[in-house]
Amino acid sequence: MEYISSYGLAETSAPLTNPKPPPPKFNLRLAAAVAGAKVQAAAVILGRFNRARAAQLTLPHFVCQTPLFMPVGTQGTIKGLTTSQLEEIGCQIILGNTYHLALRPTSELIDELGGLHNFMNWPRALLTDSGGFQMVSLLHLADITEKGVTFQSPVDGKPMLLTPEESIQIQNRIGADIIMALDDVVKTTITGPRIEEAMYRTLRWIDRCIAAHKRPHEQNLFGIVQGGLDPVLRDICVKGLVERDLPGYAIGGLAGGEDKDSFWRVVAQCTAALPEDKPRYVMGVGYPLDIVVCSALGADMYDCVYPTRTARFGTALIPEGVLKLKHQAMSNDTRPIDPTCECMVCKNYSRAYIHCLVTKDAMGSQLLSYRNLFYMMKFPKGDVPQWVCNAMEVAGIDISLCCTSSCHPKLFVNDQKLLYTKKAHIEDGNGEAIYT
Amino acid sequence: MKFTVKAWSKGGGRAGLLQVGSCSIETPALLLNTRKGLPAFISPDLLSSLPTPDSRLLQFSPLHFSEGISLKTISELGGLHQMLGLHEHVFAAVPRDSTISLPDYQSSNKMGASFETPCGRLLIKPLQYMEMISSMKPNMWATLADEVPAWVSEKRNKASVDRTTGGAVFGSIVGGSKIEERKRCAKEVAERNVSGFCLGGFGLGESMDEHPSLLGAITEILPEDKPRQICGLGLPEEVLQGVAAGIDLFDSTYIYHLTLGGFALTFPLEEIRRHGYGDQLSDTGRDGSKINLKATIYRKDTSPILEGCKCYTCQNHTKAYINHLLNVHEMLAQILLEMYVPSFLPIAVALFPGLVILTRNSCHFSSHNTHHYLGFFRVIREAIKGGTFEEFRQNFVETRRDHILAAALSA
Repeated sequence: MEYISSYGLAETSAPLTNPKPPPPKFNLRLAAAVAGAKVQAAAVILGRFNRARAAQLTLPHFVCQTPLFMPVGTQGTIKGLTTSQLEEIGCQIILGNTYHLALRPTSELIDELGGLHNFMNWPRALLTDSGGFQMVSLLHLADITEKGVTFQSPVDGKPMLLTPEESIQIQNRIGADIIMALDDVVKTTITGPRIEEAMYRTLRWIDRCIAAHKRPHEQNLFGIVQGGLDPVLRDICVKGLVERDLPGYAIGGLAGGEDKDSFWRVVAQCTAALPEDKPRYVMGVGYPLDIVVCSALGADMYDCVYPTRTARFGTALIPEGVLKLKHQAMSNDTRPIDPTCECMVCKNYSRAYIHCLVTKDAMGSQLLSYRNLFYMMKFPKGDVPQWVCNAMEVAGIDISLCCTSSCHPKLFVNDQKLLYTKKAHIEDGNGEAIYT
Repeated sequence: MKFTVKAWSKGGGRAGLLQVGSCSIETPALLLNTRKGLPAFISPDLLSSLPTPDSRLLQFSPLHFSEGISLKTISELGGLHQMLGLHEHVFAAVPRDSTISLPDYQSSNKMGASFETPCGRLLIKPLQYMEMISSMKPNMWATLADEVPAWVSEKRNKASVDRTTGGAVFGSIVGGSKIEERKRCAKEVAERNVSGFCLGGFGLGESMDEHPSLLGAITEILPEDKPRQICGLGLPEEVLQGVAAGIDLFDSTYIYHLTLGGFALTFPLEEIRRHGYGDQLSDTGRDGSKINLKATIYRKDTSPILEGCKCYTCQNHTKAYINHLLNVHEMLAQILLEMYVPSFLPIAVALFPGLVILTRNSCHFSSHNTHHYLGFFRVIREAIKGGTFEEFRQNFVETRRDHILAAALSA
């Protein structure tokens, strides 16, 4: 497909063609050694503010600036937007859902056509989830055993089993820059021994995932910290995962209806205990306020369907909160959605016009999704006014007091210029997440 | 608005130049149908990637704004151009749009014309319609017409026109399938001070064979120096019938329906221009002019919709990807299909070196069905100017008929 190369995929697909994947017996010591040996591109944490950090994450297909937000492109597309629009608004990495992609068009087909990057013509980074969460959230009668997740096939209703090995094999075929280990997901709102069981199972499964991972040089396997809202369980899980020296870590089992006070404590505890030089991804977090809080606590990556889903329902995210464009009051409001915003939608359209499109015409979803993602891409990255920094400093102190482990209040001035100009040296795109 | 006829074909087709504001557009031309002023799926940033000025003509129905936004707000925003941020585009208002604003002649009466819309059945009175026009400020607008006494509403329209001013007025000509009625209406309307004509009442279930005589009878009566627009003729054959009868402006409902059905236009314009597309007859499973991307044969097809096509979609995506998007009902499928102008470029450039600048500026990054149909119109214009339109038309119609026949036989 010659027209793909015009997008510069040639360079990035090079590492995909010359791998000598280590045998499946991949063990932990080896993983550490490989990671150590392969890290050639030195990247730096570009700025710090108490526990918050701005950094550069080098992935096989893109050098990302963190903190970052990953829009969810469930079925190989962000609903209603072209890949060129996504690049234009500054999207660095997209999340694909393994469960959906495995059903249609199937991971085998994606593999045959050169991986998801090629298939959807997205030159930048991709992450796929393990597929386990959709089994639990979308399907009835999902049953989790030591072997894996048993669920009813949506195609013919027969029971099917997703094991950690299979999840990794599917993700290896899809070929995203970051793949996620299969974890045992439980609702944060339940209590009791099930939480403990899920945490230990997640730890047992991570070894099976590591063993099954065939492309460690091109794809970064992230482990997921489970343990509900129990600090002791979380602690065991973090320690267990850190021992395995993975390229990155996710904090899972949150954003499921727990109270915010419990939520931030878990994030604070995990970020404090995770290694400084590895990215930390808080799964399913997407409300702007939550992202600000998690970033202040030292997290780096987020994903959520919220900005695009809420757009399809007619809601715009604005600095003051949300703007419900379906509301009758919008019908004669001639102002732009956000007068301070520079995006194509805010520069051209009034709230009144968007009001007349939303939830009736496809164009309403397209324009609002564009606008909400533009907002999400801009806001965690920078342009943070001084007053917010000041406020967060205070908040940072408040938060750190509650954490058990040490935080480093180095108070290093966040240099915005540095954040935008510093480029990483990507030498050979060897597939390891390089994060310093 | 200024209109000049530049060349005539043997049968009565003509190539002309329509100047509206700073925009000069060659005719026969395609008006892109919109929904509330924007094409159904092409957002404004992508719209600018379609070839200009060909894609600058947008058609809308004022009835689209019957709910959600008041005329007062549209006025406050400064009319359609301002509201949509499309200052360079030419907007043509036609009450009917063939998709969501359909004429409902049975319910029309002396008071006004009736339409079936998503907001229910609307009876629009001429005065109401004029209020819409004066707040939306389109560059061109067709008068409100109903089936029976067309010139009655015409007079009322006219009376309001003098008060409101604004864009160029296109007098509507109706009369259904009755040649006498059509002629009578055309005569009446032609006598009035209008800038152009809008032929309504087509594409409402009449047979395609009726078109040539009906169209011919009407255009014979109309003055030559004014542009003629038509609504409801969409198929390539119908467009060719219209062009042959001297129609200048067409709507793009055809593209919309193709896109919704998952179809992509594939007739090789360059080839057709030279020798028809007879060589392709062996190609079964399609009618030779379009393909259905939902078909399983495209599941693993990593080629673009049309090899060599310069549109955004073909430059960036494969048939396999669009097939997947259609299968999982993703909106991007329609976006990629609606945008899509292809292989007419090489030949157009060869024939008219001056076009190079234009194509380089605009065509590099554009997408599929709209693109392709705009290309079809460009080939038509070149054929008229080159004096080969009649051959082109016959060739095209015959080959497509053969294809359809072959497909039917092999099925």
